[in-house]
Order: sequence, then structure tokens, then C-alpha cells
Amino acid sequence: MFKDFMDFMLNDFFITGDPLILGAQVSIGLSMVAIVIALTYFKKWRWLWTEWLTTVDHKKIGIMYVIAALLMLFRGGVDALLIRTQLALPNLEFLHAGHYNAIFTTHGVIMILFMAMPLMFGLFNIVVPLQIGARDVAYPYLNSLSFWLFFFGAMLFNVSFVIGGSPDAGWLAYPPLSELSGSPGLGQDFYIWGIQISGIGSLASGINFVVTILKMRAPGMKLMQMPMFTWSVLSSSITIMFAFPILTVTLFLLFIDRYLGAHFFTLDGGGNPMMYINLIWMWGHPEVYIVILPAFGVFSDVVSTFSKKKLFGYKSMVFALMSISFFSFFTWAHHFFTMGSGADVNAFFAITTMLIAIPTGVKVFNWLFTMFRGRITFTQPMLWTLAFIPCFVVGGMTGVMLSVAPADFQFHNSYFLIAHFHQVLIGGVVFGYFAGLYYWWPKMFGFKLHDGLGKWAFWLWNIGFYVCFMPQYALGLMGMTRRFNEYNFDMGWQPLNVVSTIGAFIMGLAFIFQVWQIAHSIKFLKKEKSGDAWGDGRTLEWSIPSPAPMYNFARLPEVSSSDAWWEEKQRLANGGEPKPLAPLEPIHMPRNSGIPFIMSVFFFIAGFGFVWHWTWMLVPGLIGVGCCLLARSFDYDTDYYIPVDEIERTEAALKGVR
Amino acid sequence: MRKSIRYLVPLMLMLMAVMLSGCGDQYLVLDPKGPVGESQKDLIWITVWLCAIILVPVLILTAYIVWRYRDKKGNKAEYQPNWEHSTKLETIWWAIPIIIIAILATVTIKYTYDLEPSKPLESAKEPITIEATSLDWKWLFTYPDEGISTVNYVQIPEDTPIRFRVTADQAMNSFWIPQLGGQIYAMSGMAMTLYLQADELGTYFGSGANFTGEQFAKMTFDVKATSDADYKSWVESVKSSAPALTEEGFEQLKQPGSSDQQFFSAFPKGLFDQVVMQYVGENGAIAPHHGAKSGPVKDEEGGGHDTSSMNHDMDGMEAMNHSSQTDQE
Repeated sequence: MFKDFMDFMLNDFFITGDPLILGAQVSIGLSMVAIVIALTYFKKWRWLWTEWLTTVDHKKIGIMYVIAALLMLFRGGVDALLIRTQLALPNLEFLHAGHYNAIFTTHGVIMILFMAMPLMFGLFNIVVPLQIGARDVAYPYLNSLSFWLFFFGAMLFNVSFVIGGSPDAGWLAYPPLSELSGSPGLGQDFYIWGIQISGIGSLASGINFVVTILKMRAPGMKLMQMPMFTWSVLSSSITIMFAFPILTVTLFLLFIDRYLGAHFFTLDGGGNPMMYINLIWMWGHPEVYIVILPAFGVFSDVVSTFSKKKLFGYKSMVFALMSISFFSFFTWAHHFFTMGSGADVNAFFAITTMLIAIPTGVKVFNWLFTMFRGRITFTQPMLWTLAFIPCFVVGGMTGVMLSVAPADFQFHNSYFLIAHFHQVLIGGVVFGYFAGLYYWWPKMFGFKLHDGLGKWAFWLWNIGFYVCFMPQYALGLMGMTRRFNEYNFDMGWQPLNVVSTIGAFIMGLAFIFQVWQIAHSIKFLKKEKSGDAWGDGRTLEWSIPSPAPMYNFARLPEVSSSDAWWEEKQRLANGGEPKPLAPLEPIHMPRNSGIPFIMSVFFFIAGFGFVWHWTWMLVPGLIGVGCCLLARSFDYDTDYYIPVDEIERTEAALKGVR
Repeated sequence: MRKSIRYLVPLMLMLMAVMLSGCGDQYLVLDPKGPVGESQKDLIWITVWLCAIILVPVLILTAYIVWRYRDKKGNKAEYQPNWEHSTKLETIWWAIPIIIIAILATVTIKYTYDLEPSKPLESAKEPITIEATSLDWKWLFTYPDEGISTVNYVQIPEDTPIRFRVTADQAMNSFWIPQLGGQIYAMSGMAMTLYLQADELGTYFGSGANFTGEQFAKMTFDVKATSDADYKSWVESVKSSAPALTEEGFEQLKQPGSSDQQFFSAFPKGLFDQVVMQYVGENGAIAPHHGAKSGPVKDEEGGGHDTSSMNHDMDGMEAMNHSSQTDQE
């Protein structure tokens, strides 16, 4: 009995026999022990529970999103370096084929779903309520649930590296390869459940922010007076609302195929894999716009702040955002022009794809003309924005080249494509979110990040990026296909692959500089005295102390124009009278709750049970989820009021800091 | 100084990439040896130039604006913090991309119809049919007219249109010979048509371009274009010297694993169509998909094609008659 159990643990449960994975297992084990010891030694368990795990405060949830995303950036980045190391030399035997396939699969899934998405939600959470003058999001409890569902979904996905086996059918898991016939292992089930659980959270977040933005703006703030970042969040969240249900349904059908032997996407029994490819891209294409639109929002706010000038063409910008999110739903088939759907279909999708270049191009011109006749200061967020423009313009151009269907027959699935989407995702999304992080960091934590180290990181990221990805365009034209784990010397692909690998390691070095930068800035903490850390803040988040008190605004601001805080500063500077302060009133706040955390743990348990086909585990997991829903339904004590004297004390203390 | 480096480095690197791609026969896509690849190369260059019309001015404008309006004491450039709108300017930059995209769209539509993969090439010669099947993890080629078969190797006569019929036994793949022309997916249950032609003698690189599992990288093959006479004598030599591919031999070949080049003097009749139709079940019902056609009902040959890891019953059916041009010519 015991022997059977041990056999199972060593042969099936844990992945054994690979030094790389053994190393990961040991380091995961050690760091978990270290965390438990540290929490116990410093008596921080209660603090962790009451301040973080049960919090419904959007600012803290945002910070947790950012931390999780940076950890995932590390994991996905290590995957990338392993891939590049394997490809540096012809026929290298650094990773064997199966392992290589698992690594590029997890690299893709993690970077898009568990790095870009949470970093994006982190910025949403930290910034949106402050920008629109609200005290929290519309559904704070749901917000906490969204985070924990994302977190445990990501954990379920990541655990497959050491337990059960990683998925290895590509980040979008095309059937029939991802069906039982092609992937009999457990990795694909970890993939389905990891993404499903976090996907529920993403959908809920999308809904949450649409409602927040539509219903919770400060008195007087019209839609056309919202900061551009908030607009971008609105367009992105609307896209989430329409796109994520498609993902959920698609993966659910794949799950039924694998778990119950259905035939939605199998080859036999009337199944059709092409249906999956269509469905997954109906989500997948809007998904890339979901992550890029908020980056556009960040750039708009940053450009206008550090050019000390109003954003040029506000209405055009709004129209461009909304039309991009609309058209993003009509381009999915450009991911498979080579499926042979015929010239009619290909021509249609080629043109819808090109159409997106129009509003995107207009946005670039508007950013340029925001700087035109402005005064540009080269702060860290502005540097990332300035690096973004040329990078994204080039990436967009190669995107237009790919959209030309008959030319795509030659680019498809080659390194040309790889270079293109990394250029728009790194040059657009990653640079954008970095710009956002540096920009709002003082608002989150009350101190700025060290400038010198940040510049090192910036330059290394940029140089590394071009050294890594420019050669990949050339490799694509040389016929190198993505997902090759090895190639022959006589193809002549080797020199450019070496260059590309060097570039990847330069970006790895850049990431280390960023970690160093954060550590250094914490150690030599320079507390930010004013709430308006950059001095040129234009929107409401800069009108309150940093970090913001838990209720954000002691008095809800009255807004009568875009750039409300900038206008107010101008008015005071021109000798205007300070507005009379309205009397304080008790503030209505949501209570913390442990249910989202507990419910997500049960989701994790159920997901793990589904992966292993362990009914004894998945049933209690699902019952646990149900009980949490019930417990919440009968919980009437969900809110409270902060009394006026407590607000007065908090405000006085914050004034002291200022 | 530092600011100018910011633009110089990426520009130099981009320039390097462009320069590199202009020369050298390693750039297979830009060094085509057949009419299809030739047209695609032309199209690629048209898009490059159209894109450059926007790209170059925007990059220059960016550098200029950033330099001119930097916040520096004594910078005499205009400063208008409240200038936020100009109908004239915004009309201009809505119009520029619209015009460029309109031109590009027109070109694209024309080429999309011209280069439709299933469209026969114009030629005085009759096309030769070659069937390509993606197996785990090797390519099987069958020549229905000549009756020979090869693995990971295709020989074709030059200046003759080749009508490739492409399918996959299991995972989806993509059939790509960069120097002859663009790719088409190899999908199970589908027979895709791709016309290609080689105008020059030579050996060209071919590969699978869509991930099919563990040893996907081994799915490369050689395409050798020879003169008509050499082609005929090659067919004869394969016929006389190579062994025949039997049903059992095919089952062996289907087992997961990579393979060297192989040659067979014969193969089971209708092998390719069997692979395409293998999921048409005994009851013969065909799922209505893009105008279903009924039958032909094929019994599954023997018990021979048990795809071992599949644990569903094979009672279903499906001939994915995807679109009319693919299956019936």
C-alpha cells in the first residue's frame, strides 16, 4: 500500500529525473519553508490575513496584482532564456524536445495570461478609482474574488511544472494535438483549469471596471472629461466582457472532449478542430487589444503630463480607442490565412486587419502633437513612452505586412511573425505597463524609484530588445519556423540566433537592474512629501496624499473639465481663491472578507481534482465553492461607515506628513 | 548626445536587418525560384515601400519633436500648454493612413485572388499531382500518376506546375517550401490543394510550419527540381530499385518518430484518400459542413488504423469537406 503510494508519488505525481525540474522543486520547497518561518518568526500571520488576504481595498489588490505579475514575469522570462539558450547553436542538446515544447508553451501562456493581464488589472485597480474620484470600485468584494481566482488559477498552472507535467501543445493548444489523442498527459488539463479559473476572475474584473467607470465618477465628471487612461480601461473592459466568455466556452468544450469523451474538436465522431481554431482566436485576437489599449492610455497620460500640455485630439483619441476595440472582433481569421478558407474570406479579414492600423496611426500622430509645442522632461515614465513610439510604429508596420494575406503565406508561423508580436507586445504592452508602474509608483507607495538604476534598466531593455528581435525578422525570411527546438548547421541560421540569444540575456540583465532598483529605492527610502509627486500631475489621483488613505478622498471632488487637478492648480496660481471645504461626512466603506480567498482555494482544489480525475477531491472542492457562495449570500454585515472624527484624525496626520 | 543614441541604436539595427535581408541566398523568402514565390516577393516589397512612406517621416518627426521641445533652459521653441485641437491637422492624419490602407487593400485584394493556393497555374504543360501527408513526424509523399512514394523527399520536374494535395494523419501541420511559395495547412480529414512550380533546377528546403508535437523539428524535407528527363529516369529508378510500401509498411510509418528519406516503388492504391476519409464511419453520415456532400462511404480498411492512444470509439464520422475548391477539382 505504502509502496504503491510512493510509486505513484515518484512516477506520476512529481516530475522526476530532470535536474532543471529537481532544482525548481527544491527551490520552491525551500522558499515556501522560508516564507512560513519568516511569517511565524516576525508574527506576521495575522497581519498577512487582515491586511492583505482579506482586503477589499482596490489599492492593496492592485499592489498584489503587480507583485504576482512581476513574479510571473520572472518565471516567463526564465522560460524565454531557456528557449533562447537551446536555439543559440545548431542541434544543441541543452533541452530535449519534450521539455523544450513544454517551456515555449508555458512561456506564452504565462506572459499573456499571468503576466500581462495581472499587471494590467494591477494598474486598473491602483489608478482608476483615484482618477475618477471614487472611493473604491463598484464591487469591492468581487474585485478581491477576481484577484484570488487569478492567483490560484496561475498557481494551478504553474504547479504543473513540478507536479503532473507541463502542457506542451503550444500556448493556444490547437486540437487535435491538445486532445487526448495528441496529449494524453495531465499538462493539458492543468492548462484548461488554470486558465478557466483565472478567466472567471478576468471576466468579473472587466464587468467591475465597466460599472465602476460608468457609475462611480466624481460629481460633474462627464464621460468626455475622463482621463485618457480611464477611457482606455473602459474600452479594454468592454472588450473583456465580450471576449472572455468565448474563451471560457471554448476551453470548456475542450475539457468535455478530454474528460467525458465528447467530440467537439476531435477528428472522429463528427468533431472539427478548425472550429476550435476559429473560436480561440475570436477570443485571442481581442485579447491582444485588451492588453494594448490600457498601455495606450498610460502613454496618453504620461505624454501629456511630461510635455506639460493638454493631450492633443482628445475626441480623436476616444474614437480611436473605441473603434479599435470594435474592430478587434472582426480580424480573428488573419491568424490562419493559410487554412485555405478561400480568397473571399482572406480578403475580408486582410482588410479588417488593415483598418485597425488607421486609428492606431492617428493615436501616434496625436501623441507626437501633444509633445509638439510642449516642454518635454525626460523622467523614467517618459523615457519608456519615447522608446515605445518608434518601436511600436515599426512593429505596427510589420503587422500591416502580415495582414496582406498572400504575403502572409510566406510569413505565417515563421520567426518573422515571432519578431512582430514580440515587438508590439514588448514595445507596446510591456513598455507601456513599465511606464505606468514608474509613473504611479509614488502614488502606490509614497516614494519614487531610483533614477540612475532605472535608466540602466531602460537602456538595457531597449538595446536587448532590438538585439534579440531584429535578427528574428531576418530568420523568418530565411525560412526558420517557430517552435523548432533544433536546426541544422547548413541552414545558415546560426549567427543570427546567437545574436538573438545575446539580446535576450541583455533583457534578463535589465530585469535584474529593475529588481535592484526597487530594493535600492526601498533601502534608501526618500518619502514623497507632496501627493503630486511629479509636480506636473493633471488628474485627480495627484490631488490626494501618497499613498492614498483607505477612503481615497475625504471629500468627493467636483469636476468641471478634463485635467481637473491641472486646471485647479492653474486657477490657484493665477490668484484664484481656494474652494471652500464642504463639511466632512461619514464615509461608507466595504468590509474586508476572507470568503474570496477561501472560495478560490476551493476552486484550486476542485481544479486539481479535475486534472487528476479524482472525484474524491473535486466534489468537496465544488461543495466548498457552493458553501462560500451561500455564506456570502447570507452575510448581511458587509459594510460600515468611517466616522467623521476618524477621518479628521487621518487627514490631520496626512497633512503632517505633507 | 545620449538622446540621439536612443534613436541611432534602433535605427542602425533596423537598417542592419534591412540591409542583411537585401542580400544573400540564405533569405529563402526573398530568393524565390518559382512564379508563386516570385509574386509573393513582389507583394512583400510593395508593402514594405507603402509602409515606409509612413514609417520614415514618423520616425524623423518623432526625433525632431523630442529634440525641439525638450525642457531646457533657454529653449526658445513655442510653448502652448492649452493647444489641444486642430481640425485641419487631425483631418490630415486621419486621411494619410486611410489613403495608404486603401491602396494597400486594393493591391491585397488583387493578389489574394491571383495567388489563391488552389488556383491552377498557367502553363502549357499538364500539372503533376503529388500528395503530401503529414505523419508523426515525417512527410509522406505519394505520386498517384507515377505510382511511387517517398518520405521527406520530393522530386519534381522544372517548369511544370505541381498540384500538391495536402493532408495530415493526426496533428495539424503546415506545408511550406519557402523558395517555391507560401504555405497551406495540412489538416486531418481535409485535402487541401496548393499549386507550386519551380523555374530553376536546384534543391529547396521544405518544412512543416505548424507545431505537431515532440519531434516537430525533424519534419523538414528536400525538394529537388530536375529536368523532365532526369525526373523520368528518377521515377524509373525508384520503380525498379526501391521496395514497395505495403499496408503494414504504412502502419509502421505512422508510428510516432522521425525518419530519414525513404523511397517506395509502389503504395496501396488510394492511400491518400484513405487517410483523408479515415474518419468517415461505417454508418457513413457526413456532418453538414459548407454544403455537405453525401458519401462516398468508405469502410475503414481492416482494423489497421487504430490510432493507439485514442480512447474513444471510432463510430463517428466526418469528412470535412471544408470548401468546395479543396476536395474536388
